[in-house]
Amino acid sequence: MPHDPAVKIIKKQSWGDYHLFRFETPALAAGAEPGQFLMVRVSDTPFPLLRRPISLHAKEKNSLEIFFQVAGQGTALLAQKKEGETLDILGPFGKRFIPDTNALPTPAVLVGGGRGIAPLYFLAMELNKLGARVKVLYGGKSRTDLPVREKFEKAGLDIVCSTDDGSFGHHGFVTGLLESEIRRQEPAILYVCGPDPMMKKTAEIAAARRIPARISLESMMGCGFGACWGCVKRIRRDEGGEWRKICEDGPVFWADKIIWEEKE
Amino acid sequence: MTPDLTADLGFLKLRNPVLTASGTFGYGLEFEPFMDLSKIGGIVVKGLYYGPREGNPPPRLVETTGGLINAIGLQGVGVEKFAAEVLPKLRQIDTAVFVNVCGASDDEYLKAIEFLNAQEGIAAYELNISCPNVKKNGLCPALGPDPTYALVKQAKAASRRPVIAKLSPNVTDIVEIAKAAEEAGADGLSLINTLLAMAVDIETRRPKLANIFGGLSGPAIKPIALRMTYQVASAVRVPVIGMGGIMTGADAIEYLIVGARAVQVGTANFIDPAAAARIAGEMKDFCEHKGIARIADLVGTLKTD
Repeated sequence: MPHDPAVKIIKKQSWGDYHLFRFETPALAAGAEPGQFLMVRVSDTPFPLLRRPISLHAKEKNSLEIFFQVAGQGTALLAQKKEGETLDILGPFGKRFIPDTNALPTPAVLVGGGRGIAPLYFLAMELNKLGARVKVLYGGKSRTDLPVREKFEKAGLDIVCSTDDGSFGHHGFVTGLLESEIRRQEPAILYVCGPDPMMKKTAEIAAARRIPARISLESMMGCGFGACWGCVKRIRRDEGGEWRKICEDGPVFWADKIIWEEKE
Repeated sequence: MTPDLTADLGFLKLRNPVLTASGTFGYGLEFEPFMDLSKIGGIVVKGLYYGPREGNPPPRLVETTGGLINAIGLQGVGVEKFAAEVLPKLRQIDTAVFVNVCGASDDEYLKAIEFLNAQEGIAAYELNISCPNVKKNGLCPALGPDPTYALVKQAKAASRRPVIAKLSPNVTDIVEIAKAAEEAGADGLSLINTLLAMAVDIETRRPKLANIFGGLSGPAIKPIALRMTYQVASAVRVPVIGMGGIMTGADAIEYLIVGARAVQVGTANFIDPAAAARIAGEMKDFCEHKGIARIADLVGTLKTD
């Protein structure tokens, strides 16, 4: 049963609004894969009522890591949890990032913006093991907005950063960094997670260059496992589109299937 | 002694009084990884139209204090796909299956019922006359006694199974509507559907739901739902199924005391996908603790003198 009511936080790291928890949880770690997420209860009371969907950041045997940013009341409560405390967690849920093994060892480029970097560490480590040449592009607002940069470096992963204010790395958006990377060497595939405008722009770049791209969408969720139909995104079907569940049919979709134009 | 948890709906005996509320339990199978569905009284599947239905654009959900406002818009697969892909699997499970039936017109309700009549493995229909998210301003048949009477009457004539009418709280006098449904031949009443609600983003001054309005559910609505269940159960003879904000066995017991013969667990399923079975267990514990031999003996025992 993908439910562990007492997942112990064995390690916590914080950088301003960003937090990383490591859990010891054989039950949830067993089937966990990059791109999937957990549904975490942030309170023992009905306030706030709903669980929060949080991306898996890393996995090691029986332990899992999540990396998240405070985005509202729920994640603010979650951020107050301390090492040694336990959390009630369901999951992992969702369709994973599927590694494109046909493209090995041609380079896979992982593009992460802000907290969207979370699932890309887990994926990068897996791709690395599979023998892919991995390059990570990581964008933030400023130097202090890139908290897990060193973690990628320590793991021996090739990572390049951008900041909106130019205080570290490339001056500008991570999509600019992607465009220069494509000019240098065209990637075989892109794996993307970040704010909506950044993902939309990345999808446009990928489409123009005919580079396949997998994008992980973020959404507020009612349940996380397909029951409430609350977290939908417009996804292409035949000539038109349909509302597909981000939690169950995603969160990872092919970029060219996502319809961004719909009013939301 | 193990208490008798049976709930008697007249047309059907349930293993225990806990059902799952339509719209919060998918088509049932989504919950199999978390819960043994044979541990609860039954399941009410997500509302089905005759055909597939697109649903509303996002955002469809907003969390409020102690509650959740949804405007899903009854996105769904339609009765044919349900019968072909879901029902055969549900038939393997030892639980009562209630199908929540929707329609954009009276004819569409009847078309869905006629199709479902030919399918096996359905205990009863719950007529969704009360979804607030489908028409503008939350309009639905359950807002008036006359449309309620007309639709229930036709549904009863078309159906080879018991018909439960699911009532809307978005009315001045729910008892009037309940009586109209009973008079039209409803075999039971379930209440309440969600309360028409809204939330606003003060930065953008936009509604937090694309649909502007949605239906409020969760613990925030329990006192209102309980009051309405009491009013209706006191006024009709047909069995009443109460729902609204049930999170625990104690919540469910309150509904029985005011006259509900069974309850439906809704929003709690999202937070705790094993909630319905847990709540049934807590109700059993309550009976054991209090020395209550039959849980049905609690029904309608509110003391007001």
